[in-house]
Order: sequence, then structure tokens, then C-alpha cells
Amino acid sequence: MKILVAVKRVIDYNVQIRVKADNSGIETDNVKMSMNPPDENAVEEAIKLKTSGVVSEVVVVSIGLEKSQDTIRSAMAMGADRGILVKTDQMLDPLAVAKTLKAIVEKENPDMVLLGKQAIDYDCNQTGQMLSALLDWPQGCFVSRLGVKDQTITISREIDEGLEELEIQLPAVVTCDLRLNEPRFASLPNIMKAKKKPLDIISIDNLSVDTNSRVKYIKVEEPPVRKGGAMVADAKELIQKLKYEAKVI
Amino acid sequence: MSENQNIQREEMPYDVVIVGAGPSGLSTAIKLKQLNPDTTVCIIEKAAEVGGHILSGNVFETKALDELLPNWKDLGAPIKTKVTSEEFLFLNKKNGFSVPTWLLPKTLQNHGNYIISLANLCRWLGEIAESLGVEIFPGFAASKIVYDNNQNVIGIQTGDMGVDKEGNPKDTFEPGIILKGKVTVFAEGCRGHLGKELIKKFELDKNSNPQQYGIGFKEIWEIDPSLHSEGKVLHSVGWPLDAKTYGGSFCYHAENNQIFIGYVIGLDYKNPYLSPYDEFQKFKTHPKINTLLKGGKRISYGARALIEGGLQSLPQMHMPGALLVGCDAGTLNMPKIKGSHTAMKSGMIAAETIQSHLYDQKNLSLYEQLFKKSWVYKELYAARNVKPSFRWGLIPALIFTGIDQLLFQGKLPFTLKHKHADHETLKLAKDSNKIKYPKYDGIITFDKPSSVYLTGTNHAENQIVHLQLKDPSLPIKYTLEKYDEPAVSYCPAGVYDIQINNETKQSEFIINSQNCIHCKTCDIKEPSQNINWITPEGGGGPNYANM
Repeated sequence: MKILVAVKRVIDYNVQIRVKADNSGIETDNVKMSMNPPDENAVEEAIKLKTSGVVSEVVVVSIGLEKSQDTIRSAMAMGADRGILVKTDQMLDPLAVAKTLKAIVEKENPDMVLLGKQAIDYDCNQTGQMLSALLDWPQGCFVSRLGVKDQTITISREIDEGLEELEIQLPAVVTCDLRLNEPRFASLPNIMKAKKKPLDIISIDNLSVDTNSRVKYIKVEEPPVRKGGAMVADAKELIQKLKYEAKVI
Repeated sequence: MSENQNIQREEMPYDVVIVGAGPSGLSTAIKLKQLNPDTTVCIIEKAAEVGGHILSGNVFETKALDELLPNWKDLGAPIKTKVTSEEFLFLNKKNGFSVPTWLLPKTLQNHGNYIISLANLCRWLGEIAESLGVEIFPGFAASKIVYDNNQNVIGIQTGDMGVDKEGNPKDTFEPGIILKGKVTVFAEGCRGHLGKELIKKFELDKNSNPQQYGIGFKEIWEIDPSLHSEGKVLHSVGWPLDAKTYGGSFCYHAENNQIFIGYVIGLDYKNPYLSPYDEFQKFKTHPKINTLLKGGKRISYGARALIEGGLQSLPQMHMPGALLVGCDAGTLNMPKIKGSHTAMKSGMIAAETIQSHLYDQKNLSLYEQLFKKSWVYKELYAARNVKPSFRWGLIPALIFTGIDQLLFQGKLPFTLKHKHADHETLKLAKDSNKIKYPKYDGIITFDKPSSVYLTGTNHAENQIVHLQLKDPSLPIKYTLEKYDEPAVSYCPAGVYDIQINNETKQSEFIINSQNCIHCKTCDIKEPSQNINWITPEGGGGPNYANM
């Protein structure tokens, strides 16, 4: 069995995001970037399946700038076998990402595509679902447990009522929740080995995918600064304030 | 705490292992590869990426870089903003007086220098080093020194990853490995925790004065473009510090309407109630400064200890199998307020020494000879009397410095000594005045939590506390009683706190180690030297972007 894992290079979750002075976007100059956290769970799960013998090959794909190679190398240092970078300078909408991934799926013919449930930069939470629709494959989203048996997978996903257990036929698209596992640390020797693993770089232009943006970004702004609270002496004063100052009751 | 003694550790051999990807370590690596591309070199860096733990003013003198990479301009070095004007201010509470530039000692004149982000310079040097074949491993901390049976240094061990707070391996446990080097270079920066061990073990400082330190703060502000003048350098002494406390401010107008504003205070201060953080916040409210910041926005904050002892405190920098470079030894030039060029040069000299050691069987003590012949030594020699003179107070020291630096250019026929280590200088709380600092306004001045938030510092949960107490009872029994626990004041990140336990009604010493920004001040200033800073899990600590 072969698994394709999609990973995204995003601003590290510890970094305090800053809006550019001209409101055109988010400041990324010299900002620490790393693998989107749920994507790390996807990589971890794929490697676990490989270690258990169910999966024979784990291929990692990323779409983005030349620098996204670093993210692919991190996945390979964790244990993925090889990498593909679809190079583009363009900022892609989830639909364009899904279409690009579909083109890669058609080339690679994996049995399963694993993705993070969403990327922490734009929180779109669309790519996996769109990819499933484009491929006409079943989808399992926000997966917190994954079991594989022959051509079927069983998954658990958190829903409002509790845990939903599903059985899905492969090939399928699966998006991973942070609860799925705890990603491993890459050891130094494995980081060294990862440098020698194969990494193909393809230009997005060679995939003949429509990447035109359907979304126009007008302006990025910081949320308004929170105003400080005030102490009230008693409930009566509180009601007065809510009624006449805040005018909410 | 269980020690994972029985683990089989992988070993990776190199010709040279360098600890720390700062200016000195990276310069060592680049120079080594220039001298012989076949020398295998690796650098291990505790920050999650190169530059992530670098914090510096910084007005950069290109002297060392000119020698290392003469074509740095063509190579795209992030060194763009030339110093265009400068001002030196004496501040009193309400006002400030400029000192004419011609009266400033040469060491304080910055013509020809550049305003840079040292973190970004290191990122760039890292790329250069990698292009020459140096292997850089960010996100890994060098936690231990490895010795052979004859007590020669033969490398370092990286920290174990995935260990819980009791010291037991978690599911994600990944044992550290041993990086073996024919020579190991320690380039950890000021108060490196391995450097500290080496200095003690090999008695490298037996002929030196006690080392002197300072704590430096830096904030980056985006200010009103009409108030910004790119290339302007401003320094001040005086208010808010009293004449007996050593320190001063910097304010550099960098690119993109940003200013780098900061404050440095000598850690030989005496009043346990002094809060370096609050002195810095207070400084920003001075009429000469707050007009600049009004309408601006603070975008970064950080703090780091720096080394100020100079030549008198410089330890021997070589030992069997290893060298100390940069501020792990203490090559900063205090009167110049610059350490990057001297750190880089010390690394380049180390590389020349290692080249001769590896291929011509020269002893590593060659380092000392080459160092003494270099311009770094001359600079540090000329600068040696400035910092110690400040124990006489600000005005006498400035007069002395004027005579020493302007008239004699550092050639006076005597050397003043540093008499005390910084942890020995605190007066007892009962003999000290409590200091009341103004409230933070949230516009110009900020509380510690919101400042720490900007550093992006993070340590994985459930790991060994990396601020270790040699005697856990001392903070309450001794430091609190005698000094009213100065850690609460000197820590720039709010790591330490005293809380009253609700049940026992006893005071408890709290260590919020996840807040730590790796400045090392506690390791230096704690009066009984009870706090030992060790490396947390690799990748932890601040995530500085353009510091």
C-alpha cells in the first residue's frame, strides 16, 4: 500500500503573527516557518503504518516556494521515503491546491491521501474535502484514530454527539486531527539521511492545472484591541451599566 | 531523576564540532571551510532555527566580515543601513544634554558602521556556511561535554528529546547522540552552560579577574515615519539609573521606519530591589524618548545577558581538545558596546588554529599566540580600563574615560581590576531602599507577560525544569530572607515568583521555566549561585525574528 501525505509550510505556531504595515498581508520576512501541525500528525500516522508493515511507501508532497523543501525534508527525517515539491510563487486557494494534489494523485496512484485537517495559517479547512470530491473518493475528516485492514479503513472522528466510527473503502482521502497521535522527534542521524532521500521538484505550470484565484484579498487587519474591563460594586450597578452604557439589555 | 546511562548512543564523527550558530561559531565554520574544504564541520544550535536566539543592538563594525567575506555586499549580506548621524545624551529626569561628537572617544564613534539585525546576519552567515558544506543542526541542544579517559574534550552529547519532568522517557523519547570532534569549539555566547563547566574544570580563569556581566533589553518599534531618520544612532547615560549603577540606552533608526531601542545595565548593581526591566520601561517615558515612540507600535521584545569583563576577565581560551570563542570566552569590547566583530574574529583565529592543529600537528595553545597578535587583542587592551573605572560612579568614570581614551587612547601604564563577581555585589535587603516603579501604561511601557508574549518563547510541556536549584531550600531560607528574592526583579521574563501557599501559609519559590528566554541572568546574578541554567529540550526558548 502506498500513502501520499500533503504537508504545508506555515508560520510556526509559536510566532506572534504581525500584519504588514501596508495591510497587504502577514509579515513573513525572517519569520520562523515550520510544518503545519496537523500535517505532522498525518506524516506520523503514515510512518506508523509503514512501521507496522501495512504500508510500503510514504510519499510526501508540498506545494509552494522553493523553501518548502525544508518542510518535505522534515517529513523525510521523520521517516517518509521520498518527496515531491510542486513549485509555485503564487498564493493558492484551497481549490487550486486540491486540483494540484489531484494531478499528483493521478501520477502517483496512492491508496490513501493523508492531510492535516486544516492549515493554521488561513484555517480554511477545505482542501481535503475538495480533493475527495475532485477524485470522487470517500473522505474521512478530523480523524483521531485510524485502522487499516485490507482495502478498508476504520476511523474515529469527533462530532458533537461524541465519537463517530466509520468504515471507508480505499482509495480514500483522510484528514487528521491533532489527537490522532504525537509526532515523533527527528533524530540527528535521520536528518542526515533525509538529506539524501529523493526529492522531485516540479513546476506547477507543467501540471496544466487551473490555479486561478477565486478569492481576492482586499486587506489584512489586526483584530481591534480589547478594551479593559471595569469593576462594578454590585449587581444593581452592573444592570445599570448593561442597560444604559452597553445597551445590551 | 533517572539518568539514562544505559542507552546506546549513536555517534557521528566530524573534524570539528561547533556549539552555537552565532557570529563566532558561524565565522569559525566558514573560515575552516575556506582554509580546507575537506575539513568536516558541523554546528549544533539550540534554537529552532539559526538566529532564533540571537539578540543584539546592533551597530555593526564590518572589520571582521571584510576579512572573512570581502565580497559580502555582492553576496547579499543583510547589512544595509549605514550610520548617518549620532548623538550621545546625558539624561536627567526632565531633560538631556548632547555631548559634541568630537568630544566622544573614538570607540564611541560609529562612522562607517551599519545598523543591522544580528539575527538576520546570522541567518545569512548560516546559508553561506551551508553552501560551503557545513552541516548545521538547529533545534538540538548540546547538553553535555564528552571527555575521553584522559579528560580531553572529544565532543558533545545532544540533549535527549521526549523526557518527562521526572526524567522518565515518554513515548516520543529520542535519545541524544554524540557528536565527536577532533576539536570541539564552544561558541554558546555569554555564559554558555558548557563553557561555564569548561572554565571551572580546566581552571581557565585562574589568572583572570572575575567575569563581569550586564543585562541588555531590546525592543523593535515601528514609529511614525516623520519622526524616523534612517541611520541615526542615539546613546544615553544617566536617568533613570543613579550615578552608581552602570548602564545606558541605545536607540538605532533601522530600515522600514523601525527603531531598535534598548537598555543595558551592569549586573554588578547593588540594590536587590532594582528591576532592570522596569528601569528600561521607565527610560522609555523620558521626554526625549517618548515623543519618538508616541503613535508607534512595539513589535518585538527580548533580553539577553552580555559579557563586560573585557581583557582582565578573559579566561584562557584553549584546553585539551577544545576552544572557547566569542562571548563564551568574553571578547566583547565594552566601551565600544560591540561584540560581534570581535566574536567573529575570535572564531576566525580559532579556525586558523584548528587548521594548523589538524594538518600540521600544532598544539591548540597556538590560539592564544594568534589571538594576542590580532587586532582583537589590541582593541580589548585599549578598552580594558573603561568598565572598571565605573565603580567610582558615572561622572568620575566619564572623566577618567575621557583622559584614558581621548588623550592616551587606552595606553595608560596600568590596568584597573574587576574586584567582585556580579553575584557578590548585592546589599542586604534591610540595607537597601525599596524602589517604586511607575505603572505600565500599555502604550509606551508594558508589563512582563505582554512582553514575554512577543518573544514567542515556548518550551514543550512536561519536560525537566531547565532552571535547576542546587539547594531547593535556599531561595526561601536564604535569598528571600536576606535579599527579598531578587530573582523576581532581575528576571526579564517573569520566570520567578514568590507565592504564599494557601494551605501551609508558607512562602514558595515558583519557577515558570516555560517563560524563560535564555538570557542567563539568573545563573549569573543569584547571590548564592544556586540557580543552574541547563539546556531545555532542543528547539525550546524564544523565537526572535529580526533581533
